[in-house]
Amino acid sequence: MKRVVTGNYAAAFAAMRARVNVVAAFPITPQTFIVEHISEFVNDGIMDCEFIRVESEHSAMSATVSASATGARAFTATASQGLALMHEILFTASGMRLPIVMPVVNRTLAAPIGIWAEMNDVMPERDAGWILAFVEDNQEVHDMVLQAYRIAEDNRVLLPMMVNLDAFILSHTVEPVDLMEPEDADRFLPSYKPEHAYLDPERPMGVGIFTPPEYIQEERYQTHAAMEGSKQVIKEVNDEFAKMFGRDYGGLVEEYRMDDAEVALLTLGTVTSTAREVVDNLRAEGKKVGLVKVRFLRPYPTDEIRSVASRVKAIGIYDRAISYGVGGPAYIEARSALYGHTDIPISNYLAGIGGRDVMLSDIEFMFNDLLKNAESGKVRKELVWINTRGVEQ
Amino acid sequence: MSIGIKDLPEENLFTAGHTACAGCGAAIVVRNIMKVLGENTVIYTPANCLLVFGATYPHIAWKVPYHHVAFENTAACATGMKRALNTLGKEDTTVVGFAGDGGTADIGMQALSAAAERNEDIIYVMYDNEAYMNTGIQRSGSTPYGAWTTTTPAGKVIKGKELFKKDVAQIILAHNVPYVATASVGYPQDMLKKVEKAKNMKGFRFLQIYSSCPTGWRHPTDITVEIANKAVESGMWTLFEAVDGRMEITHRPKERIPVQDYLKLQGRFRHMSEEQIRILQNWVDKKWDRDSRLEKALKMLDESTD
Repeated sequence: MKRVVTGNYAAAFAAMRARVNVVAAFPITPQTFIVEHISEFVNDGIMDCEFIRVESEHSAMSATVSASATGARAFTATASQGLALMHEILFTASGMRLPIVMPVVNRTLAAPIGIWAEMNDVMPERDAGWILAFVEDNQEVHDMVLQAYRIAEDNRVLLPMMVNLDAFILSHTVEPVDLMEPEDADRFLPSYKPEHAYLDPERPMGVGIFTPPEYIQEERYQTHAAMEGSKQVIKEVNDEFAKMFGRDYGGLVEEYRMDDAEVALLTLGTVTSTAREVVDNLRAEGKKVGLVKVRFLRPYPTDEIRSVASRVKAIGIYDRAISYGVGGPAYIEARSALYGHTDIPISNYLAGIGGRDVMLSDIEFMFNDLLKNAESGKVRKELVWINTRGVEQ
Repeated sequence: MSIGIKDLPEENLFTAGHTACAGCGAAIVVRNIMKVLGENTVIYTPANCLLVFGATYPHIAWKVPYHHVAFENTAACATGMKRALNTLGKEDTTVVGFAGDGGTADIGMQALSAAAERNEDIIYVMYDNEAYMNTGIQRSGSTPYGAWTTTTPAGKVIKGKELFKKDVAQIILAHNVPYVATASVGYPQDMLKKVEKAKNMKGFRFLQIYSSCPTGWRHPTDITVEIANKAVESGMWTLFEAVDGRMEITHRPKERIPVQDYLKLQGRFRHMSEEQIRILQNWVDKKWDRDSRLEKALKMLDESTD
């Protein structure tokens, strides 16, 4: 059923199709419509779940964690300050290996306070043990919420997962989305049956108990191994979804016109769509440019990015956030993955921060800069602040 | 017919082998009320002594499912557990949060108030030992006036806590929940009756239970119960219950003993001056007067409006 809907509607609809048992959520701009749509689905009797209208995001994540630890399929959604308020409990979700799914509408984290697209809300959570997916359009929002439960609940994974979508550009913008029929969703995503730890009076156990140094390090290793192992599961679920529904997202990364590319730009989120157009335009001019859509920051697609670097002469990374004193977080990740594996120039392009529009000309600049780096074999500028008053780009 | 101490099962659902201090009021409270709550119960505790002494991996004293997430979210986590059980066909399982006064009166108040407003079908037990004991005896909103703690030390200028105890039970009563009660480790029959009543009701139920702490209160471990008795007999602790808002004092001292008789058993009050004792006595008198007036006002709430 194709309908023209917002990214927030696509997320709420997919949660309904996933037949989640428990939703605990608190409204925050620009995630609000997700909570409102779920309220409508519940009050209209088309979504059968326990919906907890909590008083804060801290309680949203707490109730979601405990519902999941009790054995229910649990869902919540947030953005920005809300995600920051959840921070403490995010680590519990991964430490308890709970397959929670949470769309995060990426928005500026204050100060200065703003409500528009920026990824400085999710970037500080890279160490929280959540699988972090980034999507490009509303169809991918819908599809990834459903895929997320398959990935998160897989016994080889058992980790929570965020589906990151750009504020307003997706959350409040309508696009045609193929919304899944219930029987198709049920075929792809069977009901959740926890096999390990859950709170059941017939099988008493402690979930979340005090643990001395003799045991915690092994837990950390196992969670790390599960995150590594999720790479395989992400690919399998992507392929199965593609076979069933005809939409193939490529797994951890999607390459676009990379076959004979001399330079590659790595993107996250909606900027990818703009970059596709720029690639087409520059290709028409005979410039050999290519695009790599990074779909996951956790687990990090280390092998894929190394493979890209081995095929091009310069690589650039787009970021919609800054880690003060270093550079963009996506850049830090890529550079770390490539250390010791490449000698090509690597540069970072910061744009769209605080929700500023990223124009075709901005991305053109990035590609042309990369072509210069490829030619000279040197990095002209490591951190390039695009379209920033008082800063030469 | 309400439950008697002799009716309690032999089996402990909170077993021997836990590592609480000798004379710990919280351990006595938990062990006994678990006998009333029974096997079909799921427990949450925030960060508190009970978290540590009840279960440290790979040992666990709980014979029922036990869960911990963090400090400030007892009511939110218990809500999540209960709602999940509802969707899994286990609507009859009782969900109980055991939190201390720090986790309730202070850091947990927001989630608690929200769960009470939503009338979540859970039992919230605040075991009140009047300070953050697990982190080493720091003051809480529930610490009484004059008490020494490590953050209200008996200094050369300021001696003990300068502020008064927050009345958490009355705050919860103002949420119009089905059941609010106070109880005490010194009055087990009264406590068990209240727990049984709470267990057999639906909706949000709140119990604030006086739980002496020999380590933090600086008293011998064999007078936990005696101190709890004196708290009630002096009026420092009012035993009451409120079903659907109808408040009733469940134990009224024949003649209240001076608060000094309660204070002198505990090292935490040792430094108090006569002036401080007079201030505290005045506070107790007013509190008792207020509780008695509240009882009169709320006991006879019109049932026809139900």
